[in-house]
Amino acid sequence: MSEALRLTDLSKSFAVGKRLFGPPKAMVHAVQPLNLTVTTGETLGIVGESGCGKSTLAKMLVGLLPPSTGQIEIEGAVLDNADPALFGKRIQYVFQDPISSLNPRKTIRQIMEVPLRRLHQMDKATRAARIHEIFAAVNLREEFLDRYPHEFSGGQAQRIGIARALAAQARILILDEPVSALDVSVQAQVLNLLADLKETFGLTYLFISHDLAVVEAVSDRIAVLYFGAIVEVGSAREIFANARHPYTALLAASAPEVGRPIVAPETAATELPDPLSPPLGCAFNERCGFATDRCRAEKPALTTDETGRAFACFNPLSKER
Amino acid sequence: MRGFVTLLARNRLALVGLIVIGCVALLALITPLLPLANPNVIDTPNRFQPPFSAGAVLGTDHLGRDLLSRLLWGTRLSLAMGLAAAMIAATIGSAIGIIAGYYGGRTDNVIMRGVDMLMGFPYILLALAIVAALGPGLMNALIAVAAVNVPFFARNIRGITVGIAHKEFVDAARLSGMRNREIILSEVLPNVLPVIVIAMSTTVGWMILETAGLSFLGLGSQPPQADLGSMLGEARSALITHPHTSIVPGAMILVIVMGINLLGDGVRDALDPRLKSGALSRPMPATTVDRHGPVPVAQTDSLLDIAGLRTEFRVRDRVYKAVGGVDLHVERGECLGIIGESGSGKSVTALSVMGLVASPPGVITGGAVHFDGTDLIGAPYEVLRALRGRRVAYIFQDPLATLHPLYRVGDQLIEAIQTHDPLSKEAARTRAIDLLKSVRIPNAESRIDSYPYEMSGGMRQRVGIAMALANDPDVIIADEPTTALDVTVQAQILSVLSDLRRARGLAIIFITHDFGVVGQLCDRVAVMYAGQIVEEGPTEAVLRNPHHPYTSRLIDCVPTLGGGQRKLAAIPGLPPVVDRLPVGCAFAERCDKAEPACRADAIALMPTGAGRKTRCLFPETKQERIV
Amino acid sequence: MTGYILKRLVSAIPVLLGISVIVFLIMAMIPGDPATAILGSYATPENVEKLNRDLGLDQGLVPRYFIWLGHMVQGDFGRSFALNRPVLDEVLDRFGATLILAGTSFVLCSLLGVAAGVVSAARQYGWADKAITFVVLLGISIPSFFLGMMMILIFAVQLRWFPVSGMWPIYGDRTVWVLLNHLFMPALALAVVATGVIARLARSAMLEVLRQDFIRTARAKGVRERRVIWRHALRAAMVSIIPVLGIQAGFVLSGAVYIEMVFQWPGVGRMLVDAILKRDILLVQGGVVFIAACYVMFNIMVDVAQAMLDPRIKT
Repeated sequence: MSEALRLTDLSKSFAVGKRLFGPPKAMVHAVQPLNLTVTTGETLGIVGESGCGKSTLAKMLVGLLPPSTGQIEIEGAVLDNADPALFGKRIQYVFQDPISSLNPRKTIRQIMEVPLRRLHQMDKATRAARIHEIFAAVNLREEFLDRYPHEFSGGQAQRIGIARALAAQARILILDEPVSALDVSVQAQVLNLLADLKETFGLTYLFISHDLAVVEAVSDRIAVLYFGAIVEVGSAREIFANARHPYTALLAASAPEVGRPIVAPETAATELPDPLSPPLGCAFNERCGFATDRCRAEKPALTTDETGRAFACFNPLSKER
Repeated sequence: MRGFVTLLARNRLALVGLIVIGCVALLALITPLLPLANPNVIDTPNRFQPPFSAGAVLGTDHLGRDLLSRLLWGTRLSLAMGLAAAMIAATIGSAIGIIAGYYGGRTDNVIMRGVDMLMGFPYILLALAIVAALGPGLMNALIAVAAVNVPFFARNIRGITVGIAHKEFVDAARLSGMRNREIILSEVLPNVLPVIVIAMSTTVGWMILETAGLSFLGLGSQPPQADLGSMLGEARSALITHPHTSIVPGAMILVIVMGINLLGDGVRDALDPRLKSGALSRPMPATTVDRHGPVPVAQTDSLLDIAGLRTEFRVRDRVYKAVGGVDLHVERGECLGIIGESGSGKSVTALSVMGLVASPPGVITGGAVHFDGTDLIGAPYEVLRALRGRRVAYIFQDPLATLHPLYRVGDQLIEAIQTHDPLSKEAARTRAIDLLKSVRIPNAESRIDSYPYEMSGGMRQRVGIAMALANDPDVIIADEPTTALDVTVQAQILSVLSDLRRARGLAIIFITHDFGVVGQLCDRVAVMYAGQIVEEGPTEAVLRNPHHPYTSRLIDCVPTLGGGQRKLAAIPGLPPVVDRLPVGCAFAERCDKAEPACRADAIALMPTGAGRKTRCLFPETKQERIV
Repeated sequence: MTGYILKRLVSAIPVLLGISVIVFLIMAMIPGDPATAILGSYATPENVEKLNRDLGLDQGLVPRYFIWLGHMVQGDFGRSFALNRPVLDEVLDRFGATLILAGTSFVLCSLLGVAAGVVSAARQYGWADKAITFVVLLGISIPSFFLGMMMILIFAVQLRWFPVSGMWPIYGDRTVWVLLNHLFMPALALAVVATGVIARLARSAMLEVLRQDFIRTARAKGVRERRVIWRHALRAAMVSIIPVLGIQAGFVLSGAVYIEMVFQWPGVGRMLVDAILKRDILLVQGGVVFIAACYVMFNIMVDVAQAMLDPRIKT
């Protein structure tokens, strides 16, 4: 199995309170140095709540944001931010808001042609043939090509967004909350389409979402992000059913489920730590029922156990609960 | 483009402006062809001829020059000056604005500091300084007016560009291999252009005034050449003795600028997408009621009984039937869930109860809402107002947008209390603190003085709940109160709501799109589709054994945790648009069981079991699902 | 709050410097020999040479700027050759009159404009809205100098309600009443345009705010409509109205130039125009810098008002 993506010590910090000259007042570490590999043909789910850095991570992967440290290797080649277009052929992005990812003043055909022309220098006839193929693959009628984005529903627009990503012929797709703007009945259509495309074109997915059930339904492996760092990585089948990190367990217990009585899964008064003054030790310690003095002083590192599960916790939950 | 023209033509005032400006511009264009006297020939013996005198329809000025001729030549010059200044300012200013806004960072910072500096002058100082340096004269006045307006365009266009440069389609274009210059020209510019046009159309009039002003001061066009401003300036000394020499050019400026402004407003309205959708109108204090036919009687003696409720949105010539005849009732202490996708009419139903649907465009066209026996639809505003917040309270979706950003949360709570209860400020504050404690806000005594922006989303929503509880209402209508929150926070909020409800015997109408939430919180559930209830019944029964195909398919296509990687059952097609609803079952298009009968006629909500109703000719009968 | 005010005051320093640079550069565009331009073509060679030395005009652009700036910081704005007195004295004498005129107008247009905008928005599409919209359109379309002239013609010449022009009568007492009588017409004529602009903006800001969710929340609480409009909505709308008030103050100050001409008001505007026509460069230069500096200070007050209104700004 070859590697589609390898992230080494990848991190991103944003300056807060920029000045015209001189250093900024403070830095916010949106993504803390992280290491991750995605094998070819895999779907890696990335789950986390707002402010966990998942979108920042996604934008770095496609070169829309330069990382602060570390490097990204795509199919063995180091991503070079000087020219995102070069990597557009290898990795593409599907946006959360399907409508705003399409220029309201261009027809769908104009939008579809850009990657074909710019990334693959195709002539007009080749482009038309290619668009025909792609539209067939995503179940879109070709009469849509001469319409404008506002004429489409969210689900249709998201198909167009996927079609555009396919046009670049990238083998890796970063799917950033691709269905969270869609209604549930349409959500399933798009998820199924993504599954079909993956099979047809042999794609690798990085599927980012806040919805545990959706991530679980589409992923092979899942990484849980909290406060800019990976707290747990494991197989989709296991990770929520048998969480080792207390945060993963909290997430799983919080997901509303028919038939389960309502109990507050936690009593802590805090939500997320203040990014401007991050806690010294584990970012989760203030909300964690198992936190010890060590958790408050020292950051746990991500370690892999014998079953291949990785977690960053000093006091992991037991394997069988 | 055609849409733009029709929109413009529909605006009668803009049309008047267009006609006025068209006529003036035409006159200005053909002035050289008209049989006019030479505007600059001095004829002192015939000075100050009154209007309608022989040989001079508008009279003559202080040097005996024909006023009509000077007026037309002057108009020509003033129009040209104003337009030229606007074009120059718009081009340079927009270019600066786009570059600053698109590149951002230091480029933006440096450019905008410079622009701010230029705007630090009252505009005329800058213009005067420029004219002082270059010397009085027409071209110099033009340069001065254009120059002082550059910062205006730059700042305006920069703001818009920043918004567009951060749109996802710009990122998408970059990933498609486009370079900055290309993105600016083909992605950003087309989206900024309408704003540039709007800014120009609303400032041309102003620029004509400014150039006329400089000429009026004697700093613009120099004698003998006339523009409207200098004509007025020269006539000023004879204002009292021969007012017509002032009134003629002054009235012309007024006509031109007014015409341009009317037209400019029309252009702005036609290009502004918000106005296009008819959205930029203020909602009235209570939803408009336009109810025809008999008022339905309450079908139950419940606390709240909604019968045959119809609410529609009238946008231009379209009618969106958001709620098409909804019957619902809530008992004391009961929790009723309303579930549906976006556009199903669930929120509109809830907002209609207290007349909170934005109106225009919302109109309640039928049905009744009996609260404690009285019908609220069409009730006088004072009656509704007295009930709002006191007996029926609301919790809304996004707690950041629903709390007033500029008032402390305590003041907003105290206001909610004092609106219905004439308590002293101190007593109200004590009660507000108690309320905050009841929704488990830590350090309520100090948190009460926070502003909403200082709180997290979950804390804000707790404040929203506390505010709803302020007057011990009988019913709380919660419109997707946890949708904007993270799951862990949602779980906390749900537990607060659930506990309060049991402790206080509250009735809750809980609107959501999430089956999990309904399943955990609600006693009964109503499923809405395309403005109608398609199924209603005890929560557990409905979720375990749905009768309507829509309910059953919808449950199937929502993944639940613990199911592992799998293919989901999807519902084909899209929900119908509520301005073109089919005759029969609205779900028939997407339903695998649909028969011709389903499409023939409206289908009634029929009892299908204990406490259950379903709007379907062929209800589901299949085995119970494992919940 | 004090900290914020101090911060704004400090941040004004580069703006003031920038303004001085801009004025200096514009004045440096004057073609020909600057000393001759400043002193006029009848100047004696000795005077020209002395001025050249005083202003460092024989040196490069940068040293010249710093010499000029140094003089200004010490309160020396140079001498007006036409009036033969220090520029600063002349400007200060005239500035009071402008301040009375523009200040009155500004208060007038702020109050009238905001009130008209709020009423117009609250009664959208009603007759009050239509009437206000029409008057406002008329107001922003009429040149203030023409309006002033028409007011003189009607109210001073025909009806004789107000004096034709000037700030004080040539003979008689200088009482507040007399001043108000002279002030009424020019202040009103000056306020009309700004009132129109503010009313339009206030209307659209109110319409924007009234559609916000927190207004629906206030209504859902049962808050009376009058309170919803004048407290909840107006307070939020003021956040976008106040910066425009600051900009409009600049327009009022600008319009004062025309109004001072029309009504023979003895303010700085008329002084500047006269100075330009007489090519009294140092007077123009000093006057512009002085007024611009005052305007910067005024805008700091606007920012402070904004910060008092919107707690989110201070952080």
